[in-house]
Amino acid sequence: MSINATLFVQMITFALFVWFTMKFVWTPLTKVMDERNQRITDGLSAAEKGQRAEEDAKTQAQLEISKAKEQAIEILSKTEKRKTEIIEEAKNDAKAEAERIIVAAKAEIEQEVNRAREQLRTQVASIAMAGAAKVLGKEIDEKAHADLLGQLVKEI
Amino acid sequence: MAASGDLTSVEYIQHHLKNNSIGDGFWTLNLDTIIFGWLTFALVAFAAFRMRKSLTAGTPSGIQSFLELIVEFVGGQVKSIFTEANKLVAPLAMTIFVWVFLMNAMDLIPVDLIPKILSWFGVDYVKPVPTTDLGTTFALAISVFAIIIYYNIKFKGPIGYIKMFLFHPFGKWLMPVNIIMTTIEELAKPVSLGLRLFGNMFAGELLFLLIATLIVIQALIPLQIVLGLGWAIFHILVITLQAFIFMLLSTVYLSLASQTLDDH
Repeated sequence: MSINATLFVQMITFALFVWFTMKFVWTPLTKVMDERNQRITDGLSAAEKGQRAEEDAKTQAQLEISKAKEQAIEILSKTEKRKTEIIEEAKNDAKAEAERIIVAAKAEIEQEVNRAREQLRTQVASIAMAGAAKVLGKEIDEKAHADLLGQLVKEI
Repeated sequence: MAASGDLTSVEYIQHHLKNNSIGDGFWTLNLDTIIFGWLTFALVAFAAFRMRKSLTAGTPSGIQSFLELIVEFVGGQVKSIFTEANKLVAPLAMTIFVWVFLMNAMDLIPVDLIPKILSWFGVDYVKPVPTTDLGTTFALAISVFAIIIYYNIKFKGPIGYIKMFLFHPFGKWLMPVNIIMTTIEELAKPVSLGLRLFGNMFAGELLFLLIATLIVIQALIPLQIVLGLGWAIFHILVITLQAFIFMLLSTVYLSLASQTLDDH
């Protein structure tokens, strides 16, 4: 139980062990651990960035939605206006058409009346002629009295 | 077991406390101490090489996460004591912690197991716990002491180191006292480091041996089992604590050595 040369062997072993630990355990492990720390820090900051981007996108989307809503309302009111306009136009058109048709019909009626009156006149003339012939007992020379007859027709 | 047969308790204990050695006088080599020291080293080397294959900055697994745990623990301790950036101190502290722990842990192997197995191969004496050998504890202590002196000279300068002996702790009017005090203070560091570890581990080993001798009386076998188990469980604490203390004190001494005189 006294100190002997084992001491030197153990000192050499210890020195080797320290060298080994430094080279093959401590250095690679701390390197790897630092790398991991870096990764975690990066990941966290990236996550934060992503969160901020998400928030931005959300507000942006909200803005877009409200804009779209406004637009929709605008479009709706425009359509409403246009609708009433169209209806109004159609009403006006219809009224005008109706008037036009009425006017045309009236004109036609007038024409018809005139034609009937003309016919009636001619017929009345011939009847009058026939009557006169019968009264006079002889044929009236149509040609001779044509002027007279024409005057008569005009008078009726 | 070994206590049976023709050995008395005293002979049994003496038998177990004898190193397997070659050589004479000072130039004796305790082969068991050296070989078990190397075996524990080899264990760490094996673990390190296994780890190198799958070393990753991603999720660590198996050996890597275990070694990272130690690195983190030792690194934290060293960083809190040794404020300056230094490449050597942290790996040194980790080596001390791991190696001392593993050598201490040999104590948890049943005291008769290794000697019995080796006795079948014709090996008469074996003491498997290297830290119960003063050669090991003082090898560590003297190595640390050498680095302490190196750091003193490196950081304080040769003149600063001599000044520390002359003017510390009582100022320049008590110079002779200072020299004696500082010398004692400095020498106490390796001596206390080496003896503390040796004393604790030797006492632990001796207690295991004493418990093992209970087997001579048949009625005491249950008591032996209970005591052996109890002491082994308690000893887990002791071996870890001793490894930790050795590491921590070495770091503190090195930190003191690396301070300049103004810091004192």
